[in-house]
Amino acid sequence: MKFVKLLGASLLVSTMLAAGAANAKTLVYCSEGSPENFTPAMNTTGTSLDAARPVYNKLVQFDPGTTTVKPALAESYEISADGMTITFHLRKGVKFHSGVNGFTPTRDLTAEDVIWSFNRQWKPDHPYAKVSGGAYDYFNDMGMPDSLVSIEKGADDLTVVMKLKEPNAPIMANLAMDFATIHSAEYADYLLKKGTPEQFDQMPVGTGSFSFVDYQKDAVIRYKAFEGWAGKPKVDDLVYAITPDPTARYAKMKANECQVMIAPNPADLEAMGKDADINLMSQAGLNIGYLSMNVTKPPFDKVEVRQAIAMAIDRDAILKEVYQGAGQKAKNPIPPTIWSYDDATVDWEYNPEKAKELLKKNGVETLETDLWWMPVQRPYNPNAKRMAEMMQADLAKVGLNAKLVSYEWGEYRKRLQAGEHQLGLLGWTGDNGDPDNFFFLAGCDKDGKPAGQNLSKWCDATFNADMMKARALTNQDERAAIYKEMQKIHHDQLPWLNIAHSTVFEPVRKEVSGYKISPLGAHEFQDVDIKE
Amino acid sequence: MIKFFLKRLALTIPTFFALMFVTFMMIRLVPGDPIEVRRGERGISPERLAQLRHEMGLDQPVLKQFWDYVWGILHGDFGTSIISRSPVLHEFFTLFPATLELTLCAMLLATLVGVPAGVFAAVRRGKFYDQALMGAALTGYSMPIFWWGLILILVMSNTLHLTPVSGRVDLIKYYYQPVTGFALIDSLLSGQKGAFGDALRHLILPTIVLGTVPLAVIARMTRSSMLEVLEEDYVRTARAKGLANWRVIGVHALRNALIPVITSIGLQVGTLLAGAVLTETIFSWPGVGKWLIESISRRDYPALQGGIMLISAAVILVNLLVDLTYGLINPRIRHGH
Repeated sequence: MKFVKLLGASLLVSTMLAAGAANAKTLVYCSEGSPENFTPAMNTTGTSLDAARPVYNKLVQFDPGTTTVKPALAESYEISADGMTITFHLRKGVKFHSGVNGFTPTRDLTAEDVIWSFNRQWKPDHPYAKVSGGAYDYFNDMGMPDSLVSIEKGADDLTVVMKLKEPNAPIMANLAMDFATIHSAEYADYLLKKGTPEQFDQMPVGTGSFSFVDYQKDAVIRYKAFEGWAGKPKVDDLVYAITPDPTARYAKMKANECQVMIAPNPADLEAMGKDADINLMSQAGLNIGYLSMNVTKPPFDKVEVRQAIAMAIDRDAILKEVYQGAGQKAKNPIPPTIWSYDDATVDWEYNPEKAKELLKKNGVETLETDLWWMPVQRPYNPNAKRMAEMMQADLAKVGLNAKLVSYEWGEYRKRLQAGEHQLGLLGWTGDNGDPDNFFFLAGCDKDGKPAGQNLSKWCDATFNADMMKARALTNQDERAAIYKEMQKIHHDQLPWLNIAHSTVFEPVRKEVSGYKISPLGAHEFQDVDIKE
Repeated sequence: MIKFFLKRLALTIPTFFALMFVTFMMIRLVPGDPIEVRRGERGISPERLAQLRHEMGLDQPVLKQFWDYVWGILHGDFGTSIISRSPVLHEFFTLFPATLELTLCAMLLATLVGVPAGVFAAVRRGKFYDQALMGAALTGYSMPIFWWGLILILVMSNTLHLTPVSGRVDLIKYYYQPVTGFALIDSLLSGQKGAFGDALRHLILPTIVLGTVPLAVIARMTRSSMLEVLEEDYVRTARAKGLANWRVIGVHALRNALIPVITSIGLQVGTLLAGAVLTETIFSWPGVGKWLIESISRRDYPALQGGIMLISAAVILVNLLVDLTYGLINPRIRHGH
């Protein structure tokens, strides 16, 4: 009987959708994997965040293609003079999707939804705190529990007041991140009453430009256009065709089975560039690949030894061979697309002779060291093994014998973060475009102890004090001046050697217009159109 | 027959327990647990790591974890995926029909082409046809799957435009929800015009790619088995009796030659069920192979353990069916002679 019912429902839905599909404008995006679920607060992978993004909005959002924060569900906000209270004014009449999973909203967005969304991640007694595993990595990683005092309803239903423990300038960029997505408290309540709260994370209801239709694991995710507060998207249907292999993704693009694809195979880039049907878009990535030098392990505790390493390594050759030209040599710990980047920094030159002299001056004529390389390809480092081999050869020229070391990826990070290495390769991709989101990598806690992500275990009192000071300021020019000072300290002290910022490529078919590459690696389709 | 079946079934129980124990322990010997793997370059504080490990029960002694797992399985609970938070059984049975459909199509192709090809090669032993066929079989057997799949996509889809590149359905033209999980059946049930043909077209390339190795194996096995049987006295007797050549080969020789071929088919089905991962990856085929590989890389213990147990159950079942088929073909096996 159940089968017959399912069959009947399937026939009905199929017929309706097939009839609609005949005239609809459909955009197919070749994604690379299945989402873990559709609640961004619980996810950390780009694949999962991309899958939820069409459905949801945040209080503030990044302007597409940039890291500029602009109003979204909050049409405006004010920060108090002491920087410790932020008042958000929500848009009036913001509708939630209707008809998903049998839910019909009876009201528009209010402060209740905003408070519900943050409290789920923050308050352990929240009815949804433990639903679907309840690990809210980003909320914790971005320091929200340490920053927040309260999130409460303001003077009316459309006002939210967020109180902070101390001024926190990067928080607006944090709030534009996906973990700060706003959900429907009414939908949550509806599912709780139905006894199926876990469906909340599998069948999402939001205010975004596309409403969720269907998800078939490892195969497809379907959305349909929703005319909400941001207007109607230009395509009627959005389809994510889950295609794990990059070569197969390209073949699908060529056959027009999808029109936008993620992560092309570097080996296909040349052919894509020449393909008359494809527009190969590129942008400097918001990332940094670096070589950490552990200052707790002699002789890397000496700044001149670290400087000698910088001069011994031929980064131009690495850029040519490892990045194959698709990257930019890094001279600062932040990429040039981030405000406050100091272009005046004079990079360390490749000078093995001078490096040898500096090493000799510090009593290092020969040295056995290790050099760790990651076992995986990352956006900021396409081939860590080859990079390490090239560095090994360069170091040998100045008398350093580097032994190459690697571990399984999880183990690698764990050991590196514990500071077991002397020299180690890693990198970072920015979360939100705020300079603090890069500088914190070299930061220490209030007691002057290096945090886990500070691989070089380098703690500089001035650098740290500057970082704290910049966080407390709301004036961007004042913050930029401090960050420039920090770049100078980083350059001179060299806790890590900046290697490169890679270039990100995204192929789209020529029929597609309005697509913008996000520096944050997001894939967004609100403004995308396709010629029929 | 029932006694034979039950005897074989009883033998599988200790196999299952051993497999359960080995899988459970092996995945825990691999460095990195689900939480560490989930963390990116940011790292995790020891306090938060301990908290998350506690919440997931990973701080319990391993034997206690194993006992809890066995207890769950005895009650039909294969656990919940750490990644998707869905019940493992639900995930498996959502994906398994796709793998089964592809495996059956590949084996159908391999058997329908491999057996006659092997018979012809045996009959024309040493002739051009035999040599060409065995050469092709050797090539097919040694073909790297990934390369073969991509070449077929390039030629058949991108150049000749004869087949779709990947997936199970034209996502723009058709949309139907899975009822059985088998695309061929679901497309028919959807009632949408052209949907069945579309599902069939999507099956062509993955079927060829997955079926290539078993086809080669079956063709070679059939040939050598037929050559052996054709030398038997009863075949000579049949010929001496003046029976038609096709009857001697098709009925008297082939029936006896099929026993090792059926064994081979059974083993191949098992291999394909568990090892279709490359084909599934190239053709974006939503099956269990890809799911299991992802479970390993993300240390999704429950999904991996449950997946391996269920796949093993399917493989054991197939082998049981093969054993039963022997019994049907040759009563001496059924009676334990």
